[in-house]
Amino acid sequence: MSGGLPILSLMLAVPLVAAVLCIYAGDRNARLIALAATLVDFVLGCVLWAQFDIGGAQWQFTERADLFGRFQWALGIDGMALMLIMLSVFLMPLCILASWDAIKSRVGLYMAMFLIMETIMIGVFCAQDLLLFYIFFEAGLIPMYFIIGIWGGANRIYAAFKFFLYTLLGSVLMLVAMIAMIREAGTTDIPTLLAYNFPPEMQTWLWLAFFASLAVKMPMWPVHTWLPDAHVQAPTAGSMILAGVLLKLGAYGFLRFMMPMFPDASAQLMWIVFALSMVAVVYTSLVALVQNDMKKLIAYSSVAHMAIVTAGLFAFNQQGIEGALIIMLSHGVVSAALFFCVGVIYDRLHTREIDRYGGLAVNMPAYALFFMLFTMASIGLPGTSGFVGEFLSLLGIYEASSVVAFVCTTGIILGAAYMLYLYRRVVFGELTKDDVKAMPDLTAREWTIMAPLAAVALWMGVYPESFLAPMRGDVTTVVARLAPAKPAGDAHLAAAKPKAAKAHEGEAAHGSSHAGGVQ
Amino acid sequence: MTADLALIWPELILTIGGLITLMLGTFAGDRQVGLYQGASLLTLAAAAAAVVALFGVNATVFSGTLSVDGFGGFAKLLIYAASFVCILVAPRFFTGGMRAEYPVLILFAALGMGIMASSRDLMTLYVGLELNSLAAYVLASFMRTDERSSEAGLKYFVLGALASGMLLYGISLLYGFSGTTDFAGIAARMGGEINIGLIFGIVFVLAGLGFKISAVPFHMWTPDVYEGAPTPVTTFFASAPKVAAMALTTRVVIDAMGPAVGAWQQIIIFLALASIILGAVGAIGQKNIKRLLAYSSINNVGFMLIGLAAGTQQGVEGVLTYLLVYVVTTLGAFLVVLQLRDAEGNQVESIPALAGLSQRRPGLAAAMAVFLFSLAGIPPLFGFWPKYLVFEAAVNANLVPLAVAGIVASVIGAFYYIAIIKTMYFDDKSDVEVTGGGNVVEGTIVAVSALWLSVIGYLFIPMLAIASAGAASVLF
Repeated sequence: MSGGLPILSLMLAVPLVAAVLCIYAGDRNARLIALAATLVDFVLGCVLWAQFDIGGAQWQFTERADLFGRFQWALGIDGMALMLIMLSVFLMPLCILASWDAIKSRVGLYMAMFLIMETIMIGVFCAQDLLLFYIFFEAGLIPMYFIIGIWGGANRIYAAFKFFLYTLLGSVLMLVAMIAMIREAGTTDIPTLLAYNFPPEMQTWLWLAFFASLAVKMPMWPVHTWLPDAHVQAPTAGSMILAGVLLKLGAYGFLRFMMPMFPDASAQLMWIVFALSMVAVVYTSLVALVQNDMKKLIAYSSVAHMAIVTAGLFAFNQQGIEGALIIMLSHGVVSAALFFCVGVIYDRLHTREIDRYGGLAVNMPAYALFFMLFTMASIGLPGTSGFVGEFLSLLGIYEASSVVAFVCTTGIILGAAYMLYLYRRVVFGELTKDDVKAMPDLTAREWTIMAPLAAVALWMGVYPESFLAPMRGDVTTVVARLAPAKPAGDAHLAAAKPKAAKAHEGEAAHGSSHAGGVQ
Repeated sequence: MTADLALIWPELILTIGGLITLMLGTFAGDRQVGLYQGASLLTLAAAAAAVVALFGVNATVFSGTLSVDGFGGFAKLLIYAASFVCILVAPRFFTGGMRAEYPVLILFAALGMGIMASSRDLMTLYVGLELNSLAAYVLASFMRTDERSSEAGLKYFVLGALASGMLLYGISLLYGFSGTTDFAGIAARMGGEINIGLIFGIVFVLAGLGFKISAVPFHMWTPDVYEGAPTPVTTFFASAPKVAAMALTTRVVIDAMGPAVGAWQQIIIFLALASIILGAVGAIGQKNIKRLLAYSSINNVGFMLIGLAAGTQQGVEGVLTYLLVYVVTTLGAFLVVLQLRDAEGNQVESIPALAGLSQRRPGLAAAMAVFLFSLAGIPPLFGFWPKYLVFEAAVNANLVPLAVAGIVASVIGAFYYIAIIKTMYFDDKSDVEVTGGGNVVEGTIVAVSALWLSVIGYLFIPMLAIASAGAASVLF
């Protein structure tokens, strides 16, 4: 514990208490309470980051209390959890601001749901007990179900049910696996489980059960179909938090549980992840290309980005995993920003149909600028957050398998295609439609939301080290844990050949290419 | 004999208290609600205190026919508490005052249930079960001028009598092939070679008990009776008798048939899976909230049976914890239903009428949402915990496929629970103006149980673990 103050418990308690207050406060007060609580949590998060000892012990700020008998109130963070908690507390006040005017009915309940969501998200990332983690992990369903169902679009009920049942089905399978793990290892303590060697035969089953749950959360193709529906129907802030943080839960689970706890199974079954990721990258990018609903387009792009994350993670090397983590953070910021961009124009025209817009650069220049920045970050232009993540993860993937790297790169090209296509249709062209002409540029409140998002996207692009440094130690630990099981990647295979054969082959290859060149 | 009497204080108190209440009703008249209600509540409280006083005692009385132990004590406390609540909330429902028979019948039913929970002989089992059932048949048709209520009573009686017949047939087979009615004696016989007669006995006894816990395929009466019976009676049916019948089933299975695991485990597994799945699927499409809760109880019994199927002490602990949480949830949910009244003061039972309840009665809707999410077993609500325990017991008993099947089927159940929450929270307000007074007693019980089931319950896990472990250890 740092300084004697249970800062993690405090971060969990602040939004929870505020949520109760929100329900009893009036509409206007509820907004203020929610904003204040989320800002307090953000400040606490900054304190956490500032006091985090990079290169120190893996688990810091640990708290332990034997409240529940069979499992513990055990909290603690490593660098990875720290970054994801930062992402959550950073996005949360922006989400509250984004819903400031957009939500008009039952504001108190709405704010309470968001605050509960915040507690749950922080709880998921800092839980050090398997059951505690599961409780937080699954609890997220309830507020999100209400957020989509009460304040969502016309088809909100279908989307809310689909979201709830899909993710529930996934996570109950994980629960059975957890029970089996607890039985085998005799503990619910995550740090202990991370060092426990499960029998390889058992690992396969556990891995599959966890995969069923986490793949739905990610979401991976083909269990991704709940995501576009949920995004399209959710209110703007709901989409922001869904894309920004909730989609990261799956990848976090891969990194925290599946890979270090079941290294043998991970190595054995990595082809499943690679295969699904490849399909997802190409397929969902193509689907995104033909969307006419902006939110759907960004939702499909999220699936594609997450597929690169999974491929990067299963590259089993430092670059791949670091890259995946940076994509997670970057996507958290950028997709939340993109959903907010959609929300801004949706609030003005009440449609998300791309064809209804055009020429916004003329009357909304500031908007066009921000939107462009986020589009570029999503594509992965150097200098933005997207580039760092994609570059690192592709480097890692290439080392594991050049074929997978090749396919994933295709996805990046397609990504550029759909994002630029979206941007062109919405922002460029002539401003012909009267209702679009009448749309005013960003308000002060919208500026307040856009600016920090843009700043972080650039910061991450220009100096990613500040985000990578806290996580490096954890990534090294995971890589070391995976090392004995790690299959040789094809890049290594070439290097491992006997020198003579390699030289001979190299000559032949050189000769043929040379010959080709002459012709 | 006198020593034996000293160990059955709870039953004696209930018997005498029930008779006194009956006298009060007869001589003071039906109008004196406070008098006979008070007497019956006092009786239950005294009986509960007697159970507490007997904690730690582990003895058999009356030539081994009844057992006074922690397991029975745990079940009895739950039964008395549920009965207490059902008497407490009844006067508001029965407009024009309830009649004295109501608390008297509940007291005698509670007496029968206590005997069920304590029995360790086929004779006392049957006596307790019938004492409870006869009172229940009358309670179901308590509003004799109401067509639905009379029909419910009749249906319950006819089907209940059939189930009793099956049970008796099973009992006679068990007796015939083992030569004793004592659980321990039967268990000793089961330890050896099991012949076809005993197997038939097991099947018929489990069928009879399956009817009492409304496990599929013996559940058919449940939705009709739950719907037709007056709501306080339904509240009672869904809580206390479930505890008694489940405790009895556990005792029979573990105590009497324990050694013949192979013979009963498949039956229990079948009952469990069938109840979970049919309970969940049947609930979809129900328009009446009481019917829906009936299916929900079938579904929940299935989960309890998963714990029982494990056949281990851990499994029984899971069942006991499950019963406790289930009783609190069910009582809460039915009290919410009791509060739903339209402008004329009539009960609202149709689910579509709940539309927009979250705007009309936010507190009530929130409590109901807690109960429903809890019944669905979604964490962080406390209903998750007993589900976790029974699944853990099943996995530890190497019944992994059963655990997986049960847990996957629980998702179907979640569908209809969240469908009601959808009605309350997402739909526009219905035409029915749900008013209903803010009765302090009911409101307090609802609020306390909702709070307990939200996250506070987790703090009680260590306490629950000690209690359920103490109770379950008696059987092993």
